Amino acid sequence: MNIDLPGFSDPVHDAQACFRAVLDAMSRPGTVRAAGAGLLPPAPLAPATAAVLLTLVDGETPLGMAPLFQPAADWISFHCGALVPADAGRAAFVLATALPDLSMAAQGSDDRPEDSATIILQVASLAGPSRFRLAGPGIQSHAILAVGGLPADFVARWARNQRLFPRGVDLILCAGDRLAALPRGIRVSEV
Amino acid sequence: MAYVAVKGGERAIDNAHAWLAEARRGDPAVAEIGVDQIEAQLGRAIDRVMAEGSLHDRGLAALAIKQAQGDLIEAAFLLRAYRTTLPRFAASAPLDTEAMQVRRRISAVFKDLPGGQVLGPTTDYTHRLLDFALAAEGIAPPRAPRADVTDETIPSVNAILAHEGLIERDAGSSGEEPADLTREPLAFPAGRDVRLQALARGDEGFLLALGYSTQRGWGGTHPFVGELRVGEVGVEIVPPELGFAIDIGDVSLTECQMVNQFAGSRSVKPQFTRGYGLVFGHAERKAMSMALVDRAMRAAELGEDATAPAQNIEFVLYHCDNIEATGFVEHLKLPHYVDFQSELETVRRMRADADAAAIREAAE
Amino acid sequence: MAILARAKLAELAELLPGAPALPDYTVLRGPQSGLVMLRGRAGGGGEAFNLGEMTVTRCTVRDAAGGVGHAYVAGRDGEQAALAARLDAALQSPALHDTLEAQVIAKLAERQAARRRAEAERAAATRVRFFTMATMRS
Repeated sequence: MNIDLPGFSDPVHDAQACFRAVLDAMSRPGTVRAAGAGLLPPAPLAPATAAVLLTLVDGETPLGMAPLFQPAADWISFHCGALVPADAGRAAFVLATALPDLSMAAQGSDDRPEDSATIILQVASLAGPSRFRLAGPGIQSHAILAVGGLPADFVARWARNQRLFPRGVDLILCAGDRLAALPRGIRVSEV
Repeated sequence: MAYVAVKGGERAIDNAHAWLAEARRGDPAVAEIGVDQIEAQLGRAIDRVMAEGSLHDRGLAALAIKQAQGDLIEAAFLLRAYRTTLPRFAASAPLDTEAMQVRRRISAVFKDLPGGQVLGPTTDYTHRLLDFALAAEGIAPPRAPRADVTDETIPSVNAILAHEGLIERDAGSSGEEPADLTREPLAFPAGRDVRLQALARGDEGFLLALGYSTQRGWGGTHPFVGELRVGEVGVEIVPPELGFAIDIGDVSLTECQMVNQFAGSRSVKPQFTRGYGLVFGHAERKAMSMALVDRAMRAAELGEDATAPAQNIEFVLYHCDNIEATGFVEHLKLPHYVDFQSELETVRRMRADADAAAIREAAE
Repeated sequence: MAILARAKLAELAELLPGAPALPDYTVLRGPQSGLVMLRGRAGGGGEAFNLGEMTVTRCTVRDAAGGVGHAYVAGRDGEQAALAARLDAALQSPALHDTLEAQVIAKLAERQAARRRAEAERAAATRVRFFTMATMRS
């Protein structure tokens, strides 16, 4: 098992700080927060992606993982708890670098919307070049999110997810040591 | 039920907590009790708190008992709350009670059985007379005598009875993951896995009363203690980074095999059936009660009429957890001002209606 | 690992000064306390069920000799888990294995066996043979 690299140096406080970053990003969509600074995860994990995994994933949360992340599987399993591999429909978290088919992930139910998946998407950048206009809960009028690495048809695909509310998936975007989030209730349009 | 938020009272609450701390400490002229003393000298209280708190950790149980001023249900509540702060690393391999380091092992059905009757540190044959010598401190008890060990492991009575085919055999294991009440809330029908988990952490007093009721005819069985064993069992887990099983230490357990006569059914010949009890620590009363109630709840499975309280699975499982029961009973102390106001209005209106009806009747 | 899991911190602290110094190390994970769900079997040999949890502390280290050591020990003692992990790592070093085995592990094993034996002897002293009084029945 390849476990050469350490995880959080201060697991409790580092996880709490990262949780706060995710919480802020989720409650004020469009804001970009720092996460994972100082972490040296194995490739291809970015520090923010690694920090989100260390914070949210454990041995009881089924994780769907794009094959690209296989070199980091041992590290994730060692530090997060036994990796519970899951196909797209059952995973609580889906780790990817290319936006997966959102309708294939767990959508939750009207009774238990919390059963839906959270997509942890590692993108090229949270500074552009694409710019999206966000509106919805947690945003006064509108917010702008700049991302590099989302597909050209993202707005249409996200709209299909957004219409499912209260069902539908949530999205955490990670690049380098920064993250942003799009909860399912947020409407996204091109700028 | 409706609740109403109330403001204020913060200072009163702080002061109440301060008084609680002072009351817990008691007379400062008397030496403070140490958690290590509780752990070492109040073993049965520790065992009960671990069982009902569903967490095997003697030190934490001792701390909880100290904090709760010896209120064992409150102490179990503290353990249940604490365990929610810890991540779960793994589930153990099923504990091998056959390989137990036995401190005590008795059978009420066979006098001569391999391994023998081992009384262990029991109170069974004491006279229940208060021992005033214990009130005088500093008298060391005599050392417990020792004798040569002949049998290293003690085979279970099950194996002996199974030999003749007179006793129900264990079904064997399908290897399926057992249900877990700490992850999924209770749902019915509840399998035996859920039932045993609920009983293992259930209230000793409640299970004792239910077990007793089955003996007195409420769910008529005629139980015998096939075997009762108390001792230490090693725990094995398979950490994924190692890929093989490792032994991580011991837990103390009490196991009870309760044997019951069974008249047989269309598909099964008359034979003995069994109820099973397995509890943390040295807890014979609890393990025996658990075994009686486990057997009683198997009524439907064995084609018996389920008419008694102990045979009613929903009744037993919904009410055996003393943490849940405490929460619901004690919440009645919280402000119910709005509920009560509306009830008050209702009763006033009903009285007015009744008075009006009485006047109408008198007039007719 | 079974022996180290049962070795109290005080025992390790007592035995280690008499053994070669453990190599420097870096912590890869922990020490971290958590839970293990203990399982029993219905009836003793049937389907598994969840009995209740126990506290466990784990630690993984890499030492200067290159060994990766793991420890999972019952309870909440982080220092005990860290020392057990360092010993597990050091025992993989051919230069250290035999002396550590002799001066620490064997001694711990001996003490643990003695404790088990003492318990078994006390139990043996309470072994009885009940006998029915045949003459009174007839």
